[in-house]
Amino acid sequence: MAECHPVGFQWVVEARERGATIIHVDPRFTRTSALADVHVPLRAGTDIAFLGALINHVLSNDKDFREYVVAYTNAPAILREDFADTEDLDGLFSGFDPDSHHYETTSWMYEGARASAAAGDRDRWPASGDEGGPGAADRQHGGGELRETGRAHSYGAGGPALSGKPAMDPTLRHPRCVYQVLKRHFARYTPELVEDVCGVPRELFTRVADAITANSGRERTTALCYSVGWTQHTVGVQYIRTAAILQALLGNIGRPGGGILALRGHASIQGSTDVPTLYDLLPGYIPMPHAHQHQDLDAFVAADAGTTGFWGNMRAYVVSLLKAWWGEAADEENDYRFDWLPRLTGDHGTYRTVLNQLSGECKGYFLVGENPAVGSANSKLQRLGLANLDWLVVRDLRLIESATFWQDGPEIETGELRTEEIPTEVFFLPAAAHTEKDGSFTNTQRLLQWHHAAVEPPGDARSDLWFYHHLGRIIREKLAGSTDPRDRPLLDLTWDYPTSGPLAEPSADAVLAEINGHGQDGQPLSSFTQLRDDGSTSCGVWIYCGVRADGHNRAANRRPRDEQSRVAPDWGWAWPANRRILYNRASADPEGRPWSERKRYVWWDAEQGRWTGEDVPDCEADKPPDYRPPPGARAQDALAGTDPFIMQSDGRAWLFAPAGLADGPLPAHYEPYESPVDNPLYGQQTNPALQAYDHPANRYHPAGSEVYPYAFTTYRLTEHHTAGGMSRTLPYLSELQPEFFCEVSPELAAERGLEHLGWATITTARTAVEARVLVTERIRPLRIRGRTIHQVGLPYHWGPNGLSKGDAANELLSVVLDPNVRIQESKAATCDIQPGRRPRGPALRAHVAAYRRRAGLNEDEGTPPGAGEGQR
Amino acid sequence: MGLWQWIDGWPVYRQLTGDDALGRGSAARSRGTERLSARTERADRVVRSVCPYCAVGCGQKVYVKDEKVIQIEGDPDSPISRGRLCPKGAASKQLVTGPGRISAVLHRPPHGTGWERIPLDRAMDMIADRVVATRRQTWQDTHHGVPVRRTLGIASLGGATLDNEENYLMKKLYTALGAIQIENQARI
Amino acid sequence: MTSDRNRLSGPLADPTADAGYPDTHPPRMGFFTDTSVCIGCKACQVACKEWNLVPAETGELDLLGQSFDNTGALSANNWRHVAFIEQTVTPDRPPVDLGMPAIGPPAGDASDAGDGQVRWLMSSDVCKHCTHAACLDVCPTGSLFRTEFGTVVVQEDICNGCGYCVPACPYGVIDIRPGDGRAFKCTLCYDRLGAGREPACAQACPTDSIQFGPLEELRERADLRVTELHERGVDEARLYGRDPQDGVGGDGAFFLLLDEPEVYGLPPDPVVTTRDLPSMWRHAATAAVGVAVSVALSFLERGALERRKP
Repeated sequence: MAECHPVGFQWVVEARERGATIIHVDPRFTRTSALADVHVPLRAGTDIAFLGALINHVLSNDKDFREYVVAYTNAPAILREDFADTEDLDGLFSGFDPDSHHYETTSWMYEGARASAAAGDRDRWPASGDEGGPGAADRQHGGGELRETGRAHSYGAGGPALSGKPAMDPTLRHPRCVYQVLKRHFARYTPELVEDVCGVPRELFTRVADAITANSGRERTTALCYSVGWTQHTVGVQYIRTAAILQALLGNIGRPGGGILALRGHASIQGSTDVPTLYDLLPGYIPMPHAHQHQDLDAFVAADAGTTGFWGNMRAYVVSLLKAWWGEAADEENDYRFDWLPRLTGDHGTYRTVLNQLSGECKGYFLVGENPAVGSANSKLQRLGLANLDWLVVRDLRLIESATFWQDGPEIETGELRTEEIPTEVFFLPAAAHTEKDGSFTNTQRLLQWHHAAVEPPGDARSDLWFYHHLGRIIREKLAGSTDPRDRPLLDLTWDYPTSGPLAEPSADAVLAEINGHGQDGQPLSSFTQLRDDGSTSCGVWIYCGVRADGHNRAANRRPRDEQSRVAPDWGWAWPANRRILYNRASADPEGRPWSERKRYVWWDAEQGRWTGEDVPDCEADKPPDYRPPPGARAQDALAGTDPFIMQSDGRAWLFAPAGLADGPLPAHYEPYESPVDNPLYGQQTNPALQAYDHPANRYHPAGSEVYPYAFTTYRLTEHHTAGGMSRTLPYLSELQPEFFCEVSPELAAERGLEHLGWATITTARTAVEARVLVTERIRPLRIRGRTIHQVGLPYHWGPNGLSKGDAANELLSVVLDPNVRIQESKAATCDIQPGRRPRGPALRAHVAAYRRRAGLNEDEGTPPGAGEGQR
Repeated sequence: MGLWQWIDGWPVYRQLTGDDALGRGSAARSRGTERLSARTERADRVVRSVCPYCAVGCGQKVYVKDEKVIQIEGDPDSPISRGRLCPKGAASKQLVTGPGRISAVLHRPPHGTGWERIPLDRAMDMIADRVVATRRQTWQDTHHGVPVRRTLGIASLGGATLDNEENYLMKKLYTALGAIQIENQARI
Repeated sequence: MTSDRNRLSGPLADPTADAGYPDTHPPRMGFFTDTSVCIGCKACQVACKEWNLVPAETGELDLLGQSFDNTGALSANNWRHVAFIEQTVTPDRPPVDLGMPAIGPPAGDASDAGDGQVRWLMSSDVCKHCTHAACLDVCPTGSLFRTEFGTVVVQEDICNGCGYCVPACPYGVIDIRPGDGRAFKCTLCYDRLGAGREPACAQACPTDSIQFGPLEELRERADLRVTELHERGVDEARLYGRDPQDGVGGDGAFFLLLDEPEVYGLPPDPVVTTRDLPSMWRHAATAAVGVAVSVALSFLERGALERRKP
């Protein structure tokens, strides 16, 4: 956190000064470790084992916050008899189909409840790449099988839907209740196992376990902060699930000083998920509809929305969105033009798209402030995709590698590509900077903050708002008069944003007004609870409804911190409803009283008949704690006054996820796809449902490979930003970290003859890169089951362009994905490292090929012989 | 400038007549020093902004003079950042005014070996043509007999420094175009 | 006139008044850099350069290999410099400075080193704005002067690049800028102070490791901080440059360190290099004939000094 979010870290330093214990769990010793009370170096990719052992510690020693657990989590829910755990099936849960690497999840359901159709009977379609027939350029894992569409992303604002009430045992003694199942599931996650898997000495683990449990409960809370060190794994979603289970057991959710806090790495990466430019989402975490299954709006809503909890109002959210997009053209008669939404038929994620570029199916590409040529896993695969397009539009501040790959990309040097033979037509359009445009960022705590244009952009530089507004305008002009039904959605699109100034800049405030929504009278809405499903309301992003209540841009609110409470409600605006801590109903006990005076936050004021406190209560303000839903109640009315998790259909935090996940209702430790060791817990080595793409340019290493013997992990440095497009180009930042380097322990340096400040060549089956060597005690070899495991640290900021140059660490990574959200495993893989610079030109390809041959990776075949694991 | 002013401006005179006999302080002040003032004091306006790097969302104040950004620094009013910035945030002015920023549209024709400059409006028109043509060429009304109304011929990958309003227009336009491979750094 | 006026060494309560400012001058301002909360982010370095328009050194980009420090030292183009020190700490032994291995892995038994805990010290160094600033005392042009805030600043419109100040500084702070020829160093953001604002580095510092304020207040705060750290068992916490009795009469920019000053690259016992100047000049005056031209020039410039001697 000190490394990548230094200004956020001021609050951690302040907490430490006030007596908080700071624990830093990270494979390397960073600037955060330097100020932490405890640093826990662990093997990259083993956090589920570590967190699982903490859960086991809590459960075995009765350290859970029992009243909270019984009242606010699904610990008492009883599971079906046919559920089988990883303990029973050696690392698999019930329902696994080994042919499709896919879970059928019915057996994970609560007894007496059922998941809505969407969760239980998900869309399955041939992957689009399979349409190319036997000659298709790539082989998706499992060949021509049916693939499942990722869906978990759509749970970003709440869980999947269930219907019916589960049977409950508030004593938590029933052998099939979640609490007992959890206990059995994690029973083998012991301090000894942590030592064997993570390489963390048991004494150190115990120190952490004691600190966390001593600082949780009625009087105290513990917060967990994470970044992509937890998410960029083939089990990324389950990492967060493990943390959620721990925090829910300890009563650390919905309370001040608690929570699981994602430290996101880009100014509006939260906003890019809320207002998604993601294939599987519509604004506000409404799923993109799938072909076949959702024939009309009602069927879509019935399949994806529960009838209880706030998602019970999903039809109102969807209709209001369709009204925002198609205005008068959308009405009850034509199902609000629901059929104008294009349909998904599987995985259409960014890595899948690259394979489609290689196969020629995807021909045109927009890169808008993104630099996959060095920023995405397996950079070469990305560039080969770029080099096979008809046209490419790059919008950025500077000439990034994704704009110049045809000129000076690594493949030009190796002879794999020739500039004259690359057909891609490239447009580089200079972009406006944040100081040159109005707009809002949503920060890591869901806070929308408006930034005002200070000056005009230089020359031809324009905002992306300008680009898309005018591109849409021009396309609509070109298609005007078309009678082709496929053009109707474009021609009837509401696209009349006012423009102003010499550049005809569209009004960002007008776009925010559409996002906020309005009623039939045209007046701005103030809350998403006003949204209706009869076409009388329009709202572009339902979770942002209220940001412009009364026509006032609340994202631009800037009351100074000294003039308001510590919650600072008048600085920016947080979704939903300007709530700063989600699920804060849980900060009070079931009767609505603060759990403790020390930790009071919101509470029930019986005299006023209202919830009150420091924040906007995360429940209906007038719903008394003793409210019990009448039979047949819908949506939020179906949740009791004691149910704090209002986006869940049962109002409870899920220790066990009966629906919604592709790879299991509970987290289990699986090894990274490329790991130096076997999984000591289960016969199942890796996530059985992970997504791999076997492609000649995306070869994988077998587990425990002697050819690629070392683990490596990638990370950021304070002085640079992500793949470097906004930092390697700046003199003041470039001089602070002038070139690509790798960090190795003195022991590994001795083993491989690496010299401090000398060069090293790091090789994987994808390619080899060279880096200067920093030998440092901050990287420690780990002892695991009698073996020494070395880890190589690689900051991933570099590329060939800019002022501070170097090879890109992302070149080394394969594309292998989490099955829920399709994030790549960038944080744990294997490699070899040798002293000296890497070969140049065609010799580089020969070097990589020689390694592959030694590892038994046939140049033509994707799966390594003997890699053997059924799931691979 | 009067004679006395001129004489008084002479350091040695001040040194001999004032309290700074060694000429190490008040007597040594130069004209440049007397004229010195913080450039933020001379700004025409100060604009509230937000740091474009990580997601902490530190408040920034952008100082503008003669329609140029002359300083960017932390906003002390912010309850998030209290006026502080990291090295990247502190380098924001160089991000927006520094070397390497491109302000002209560049075009590389298919198989071309170099960039050519083209006017912005022509580039916009060409891009619109490409979108319309590729969409036509790759349109799918159905997939395995089921209506899909889409194109897999056009894709987009956005960075997460896009504004919400920009993301909104992107998703809206692409969806109306039938383009579904719309992605963002948020997945990466 | 107080008895300690115009001294070149020893305790001096008010160097600002000593430099001829009226009694109404503002309090002496300074930095207290508390390295116990420094995270080595280098925001201070960048904020300083952005504000003061200090050139970047991108012509000679190279990895220094001194942990995460690629700046090396304070210089004309680096008015703030964050040092990074990697150490292993074993419970029974004092911290061992690893330095950075020059070639190959460090000597010694690797498994032995593995028993220790890593400690990573970071500290943002800056001009000390000494009570007795030798750079100022030797400056023949009057370019270096003491401001009404008690800080020491180079006036770039006067500096002629003679470079006398460079060897005079006991800390090696001030430096001639290549290609420019003039001397540059931290001004404690003199222009910002004039506008009632804090220096750019202090404002940017995320963890408040760099604190700016009236020196008297900072000294009190620092004393409390050391006491507090000692109570918490951080016995190695100590102040550097806080003592008005030290060789430079105390620093306007002082530090809380967690190890010996040498570990951070700071001189353990800095002394103002002009301490003995008055007596040297007396001897020089006696044997004036044959004195080098440069000394003579210096003599004329500082003639007032001799005239005031008893």
